[in-house]
Amino acid sequence: MKFINYLESITGISIFPLISLIIFTVFFAIVIAYVVTADKKKMDSNSQIPLEQ
Amino acid sequence: MQQMQQPLERFHYDNKLPKAFLMVTILWGVVGMLLGLLIAFQMAFPWLNFDFALTTFGRVRPVHTNAVIFAFVGNGIFMTIYYALPRLMKASMFNEKLGWVHFWGWQLIIVAAAVTLLTGHTTGKEYAELEWPIDIAITLVWVVFGINMFMTIIKRRERHMYVAAWFWIATWVTIAMLHIVNSFEIPVSMLKSYSWYAGVQDALVQWWYGHNAVAFFLTTPYIGMMYYFVPKAANRPVYSYRWSIIHFWALIFLYIWAGPHHLLYTALPDWAQSLGTVFSVMLIFPSWAGMLNGLMTLRGAWDKVREEPILKFFVVALTCYGMSTFEGPMLSLKNVNAITHFTDWTVAHVHIGALGWNGFLTFGAIYFLIPRLYGTPLFSKKLAANHFWIGTLGIILYAIPMYFAGFTQALMWKEFTPEGTLQYQFLQTVTNIRPMYILRGIGGTLYFTGVLLMVYNVWKTVAAGKFIPTEYGEAPALSKVFVPAKSYSFWHAWIERRPVQMLVVSLVVVGIGGIIELVPTFLIKSNVPTIASVKPYTPLELEGRDIYIREGCYTCHSQMVRPFRDEVARYGEYSKAGEFVYDHPFQWGSKRTGPDLHRIGGKYPDSWHYNHMWKPTTMSPGSLMPNYPWLLDDDLDVSHTAAKIRAMQTLGVPYGNGYDQIAVADLKKQATTIAENLKKDKIKTSPDKEIIALIAYLQRVGTDIKAEKKNTVTKN
Repeated sequence: MKFINYLESITGISIFPLISLIIFTVFFAIVIAYVVTADKKKMDSNSQIPLEQ
Repeated sequence: MQQMQQPLERFHYDNKLPKAFLMVTILWGVVGMLLGLLIAFQMAFPWLNFDFALTTFGRVRPVHTNAVIFAFVGNGIFMTIYYALPRLMKASMFNEKLGWVHFWGWQLIIVAAAVTLLTGHTTGKEYAELEWPIDIAITLVWVVFGINMFMTIIKRRERHMYVAAWFWIATWVTIAMLHIVNSFEIPVSMLKSYSWYAGVQDALVQWWYGHNAVAFFLTTPYIGMMYYFVPKAANRPVYSYRWSIIHFWALIFLYIWAGPHHLLYTALPDWAQSLGTVFSVMLIFPSWAGMLNGLMTLRGAWDKVREEPILKFFVVALTCYGMSTFEGPMLSLKNVNAITHFTDWTVAHVHIGALGWNGFLTFGAIYFLIPRLYGTPLFSKKLAANHFWIGTLGIILYAIPMYFAGFTQALMWKEFTPEGTLQYQFLQTVTNIRPMYILRGIGGTLYFTGVLLMVYNVWKTVAAGKFIPTEYGEAPALSKVFVPAKSYSFWHAWIERRPVQMLVVSLVVVGIGGIIELVPTFLIKSNVPTIASVKPYTPLELEGRDIYIREGCYTCHSQMVRPFRDEVARYGEYSKAGEFVYDHPFQWGSKRTGPDLHRIGGKYPDSWHYNHMWKPTTMSPGSLMPNYPWLLDDDLDVSHTAAKIRAMQTLGVPYGNGYDQIAVADLKKQATTIAENLKKDKIKTSPDKEIIALIAYLQRVGTDIKAEKKNTVTKN
C-alpha cells in the first residue's frame, strides 16, 4: 500500500501532537537545566557586542 | 573573542539605506494611522463612507492593516536591520545596489497594494489580501533582502552572531515559508485568484499564516530590534544572555502552533483547537522571558529612564508586549474565547500590541537613529517626552473603550429573557457600543497627534543637522582556522558561529508545528465530514460571492455559527465543517460588527436585501453599515465567469464537464428569476446588475443543510 494511505487513515490522531508536546517539554527542560547551570562568564562577551561600537 | 593575528581591516557602514527606510517608515506610519482613524470614525459615523466604493470601510480596512503592518512595521524592520546588522557583524552591508532594489521594490509593492485593495482586488484572506502578481513581487523582494542580509552575515568579522541576528534569520526564513504556503492560489485573471484551499483547511492555513505573521513579522524582528536598541540606549548589556537562548528557541518553536486559537468553537477539528490552546498558553513563558530580559537590562539605569524619552518608549513598549502576550494566551482559553471571539476585545488586544509594542519601539528607534544619522542632538527632548505621554494616553483611551465594547457586546448577545428567548436584537448591541467607538477614535487621534509631534521633531532635527552618509569601522578579519578558546566553548556557541546551520535549524523548528497541524487536517477525511446535500455554487452565486469578497464584507460579518445556545437561537443551526468544502476562499470572518451571515439564506425576501444594500438604515434603523448604491447601478461583469468555473473545476469543485460553456446562460436565467421576484415587490431593476448576483449568493448561504434536515452526515 502506498505510504499516503497510512497517513490518510490514522486513527487516534490526537496522540501524535501529544507525543510532540512531550518531546518538546523534555527537550526544553534539558535546555533550561543546561543553561541555568552553565557558566555565565562565558557568555558575557557576547552580550557586549552592541556596545563595542 | 580571541582572534589569531589578522590584519586590521577598515570597512564602511552605509547610512543612506537606513535613512531611506527611516523616512518611509514615518511616511507609511502616518498614512496607515490616518486610514485607521478614518475607519474608526466610520464605525460611529457611517456617512464617512461617502457612498463611494473606494472610501468604504470594507475596502479601506485592508489598506489600513497592510499599511501599518507591511509598510510601517515592515520598513521599520528594514531600517533597523540595515543599520544594526552591519554594526553587529562588523561588516559592510553586502551589496548597496541590492539594498536599493529591496527599498524601491518594497515601496512599489506598498503603492500597488493600496491601489489594488481600494479598487476591490482582494483575495479575501486577512493580512494576505494582496493578489497573486503582488504576491510574486513580495517573494522576489524578500529573496533580495534575504541575500543582502545573509551575505552580510557570512562576510562578518564578528565570529559569533549576536542574539538579534538569530531573530532576524528566523524571521526571514519563516516569513518565506508562511507567505509561500498561504499564497497557493489559482489565477483567474490578472488581478483575481482563488485560494487553493477551501473551507476548514483554508481557515487553518490562513490562521497558521495569520498568527505567525504576528509572530514573525510583528514580534521576532522587533525582538531583534529590542535586543539591539535597548542595550544601546541604556548603554548596558542585555540582562541575561542565557535567557535569550531559551527565549529564541522556545519562541520560534511554540508560536507556530498557536494558529488554531483563532478558530476556537468553529468547525475546525477539536484536536487542532486543543493544540492551539495548549501551545498558546505555553507561549507566555518565552514571551515574558523576552520582556523581562529587556526590562531587566535597565536595572541600575532607571534614573536614565526618567531623563531619556527613548527609554520611556522602550519601557512602555516592553510592558505592552508583556501585557499582550499574557492577554493572548488568556484569550486562547476556550472558555474565555467563547466570550471574546468576534468582539471588540480582540481589537483591543491587537492594538495594545500594535500601538504599544510595535509603535513605541519604532518611535524609540527613530529618536535614537535620527540624531546619529544627522550628527546633531534631537531638536527637542521635551517634544519627544510629550509624544510619549500623549501616545500612552492614546493607547489607554483606545483599549479601554474597546474592552468595554467587547464585553458589553458579548454579554448582550448571550442574554436570555426568563421565558427563554433572546433579550436583545443584534442591532441593539451595536447602537449600545457606538459611544465606545467614538471614544476609541479619540484615543487613536491622540496617538496620531503624538506621531505628528515626532514628524515635526524629526524634520527640525534634520534641518539643524548634516546627514552622515557613511561611517567607518575597523576590525580584524576572521581567521580561517578557529579554535574555540576555552573561555567560550559552551554548546550554544557552536550554532552562534554557523549562520547557515542557524537558518536550517530554525526552518526545521518552525516547520514542525505547521506540518503536525496542517498535514492531518488535509489528509484525514474524517476531519471534514462530507455532507451529501452540499453542492457547488451556481455561476451567479459564485459571482455574487466574489462581490462579497471584493467589498470586504467579511471585515464586519462572520459566517460561522458557533455551537452555543444563544447563537443557535439567534442565527440557526451551528456551522458544520462539511458545508464549506467549496468555499475558495473561506469567509468565516473575525469580527461581528454586523450579525453572522452563515444562515442568512432564505431568511429575508430578495427585496429586503435589495433595499438593505442600497441603504441599510431603511431595513435596520440605527445600523452603522455603509451604503452600497453602486451595486444597484453597476453591471455585473460576466467576462470571467467561464474562467472562474474552470478554475473551480481545477480545484476539485464538481461542476460537470463542459459546464463552463453554459455557465453564463445559467447565470442569466437565475438572474432573470430574481429580477422578477423583485418586480413583485415593486423594485424595477435590470437582471444584469451586480446586486442580483449578491442577492443570489446571500440567499444561498447556509441553505444546503436545510435541504436535508433529516439526512445524516456521511463520514469517510
